[in-house]
Amino acid sequence: MNINLTLIAQAISFALFILFTVKFVWPPLMRAIEERQKQIADGLAAGEEGKQQLEASGKLASEELGKARARAAEIIAHAEKRGLQMIEEAKISAKAEGDRLVAGAKSEIQQEVSSAKEGLREQVAALVVSGAEKILQREINAQAHADLLNQLKREL
Amino acid sequence: MATEHELNATSYIQHHLTFKAQAVGDHPFWTLYVDSLVVGLVLGVVATALLWWVVRGATSGVPNKRQAFVELLFGFVDDQVKGIFHGKRDFIAPTALTVLVWVLLMNAMDFLPADIMAWILTHVFHQEEFRIVPTADVNTTFALSISVLLLSIYFAIAVKGLRGWIHELFCAPFGAHPVLWPFNFLFNMVEYISKPLSHSLRLYGNMYAGEIIFLLLWLWAATSLSGAFFGAILGVGWSIFHILIVVLQAYIFMMLTIVYISMAQESH
Repeated sequence: MNINLTLIAQAISFALFILFTVKFVWPPLMRAIEERQKQIADGLAAGEEGKQQLEASGKLASEELGKARARAAEIIAHAEKRGLQMIEEAKISAKAEGDRLVAGAKSEIQQEVSSAKEGLREQVAALVVSGAEKILQREINAQAHADLLNQLKREL
Repeated sequence: MATEHELNATSYIQHHLTFKAQAVGDHPFWTLYVDSLVVGLVLGVVATALLWWVVRGATSGVPNKRQAFVELLFGFVDDQVKGIFHGKRDFIAPTALTVLVWVLLMNAMDFLPADIMAWILTHVFHQEEFRIVPTADVNTTFALSISVLLLSIYFAIAVKGLRGWIHELFCAPFGAHPVLWPFNFLFNMVEYISKPLSHSLRLYGNMYAGEIIFLLLWLWAATSLSGAFFGAILGVGWSIFHILIVVLQAYIFMMLTIVYISMAQESH
C-alpha cells in the first residue's frame, strides 16, 4: 500500500476520460435520446388528436344519420298524408262525377218521358179527333178547333 | 508460476501482489506502477472509444441493439444523477458515467484467472510482475477519490463563491459564533478527509480482498488433485459472488461520486 506518483498519473487519466466523456460521448447521445423522446411524445399527441377527431366525426356522423332518419320519417308521414288526401279527393270527385252522371241520366230520362208523353198526347189527340170525326160524321176543321183540341191535350 | 525459486504460499502471494514499479526519482514517492497505469489507461481508452464509436453513429430514429444498450446505460446513470443532484447535469452525469464504466472495467479484471494471466504476461509480454486489477491499487482508488474531492470543492466554490465556501468552512454546522470557529473547521476537515478516505478504501479493500481470496483458492488448487477440484469449485463460487461485488462496488463508487459533488453544492 504505497502512495506514489501513480496516483497523480491515474488522476490525470481520470480527468482526461471525464473531459472526453463530457465533451464527445455524452452530449450527442443525449441529444439523440431527447429528440427521440420528443418524436415519441409528438406521435402520442398526434395519436390522441386522431382519436379525438375520430370521436368527433363519429358523433357528427351519428348526428347526421339521426337528422336524415328524422327527415325520412317526415317525408314518409307527409307522403302518407298526401296519399290519404288524394284518395279522399278522388273519392269526392268520383262521387261528384257519379252524381253528375246520375243527374244527367235522370234529366235525359225525364226528357224521354216528357217527349214520350208529348208523342202520346199527339197520338191521343189525333185519335180523339178522328174519333170525334167519326162520331160527328163530319169533318171538323182542325184549324178552327185547334184551341179546343189543345185544351183537350192539356187535360189529358 | 513464473518464480524460479521453490513455491511456497508467501512467495506465491507476494509474487502476485507485486507491482511493476518504475522509479522516476530518488524518493520512493517518485515511482510509477506501470501495471496499474497501463491497464487503467487501456481500459479507459477502450471504454471511451467504444462509447464514442456507438455515440457517433447514434440516431434519434429506431436504435440498433448496440445503441440501445448504451442508451440504457446512459439512462440508468442519468436517472441516478437526477434522483440526487438538482441542477444542470451537463457535467456531473458524464462524470458519473465515466466513473461507473471505468471502475467497473478495472474491477472486472479480477475475473481473469490470475495464473493464466501471469503466464501470458510472462511469456507473451515478458512482464514478470504485473498486476492486472488497477482498483486493487490504492493509488488508483485514491486518484479517483481525490479527483472527486477536488471536483466537489470546485463545485462548492463555483456555487457559493470563495467567500461563501470559507464562511461555511468556519460557520457550519455548529454556528457562526467565533468561539465555535475552530470546532466547525475541525469538523469540516474531518469530513473532507474522511470522504475520500472511505470512498477510495472501500473500493480498494473489496478488490484487494477479492484478489487475495482468489489467490488463496489457487494456492489450494496447487497442492493436490482434490485441492485443485475443490479449489476450482470454490473459485467458480467466488467468481459468481465476485460479479456482485464488482458491479456493486462500481455502482457504490459512482453513487458516492454523485452524492459528494451534489452535497458540495448544497448550502448548510
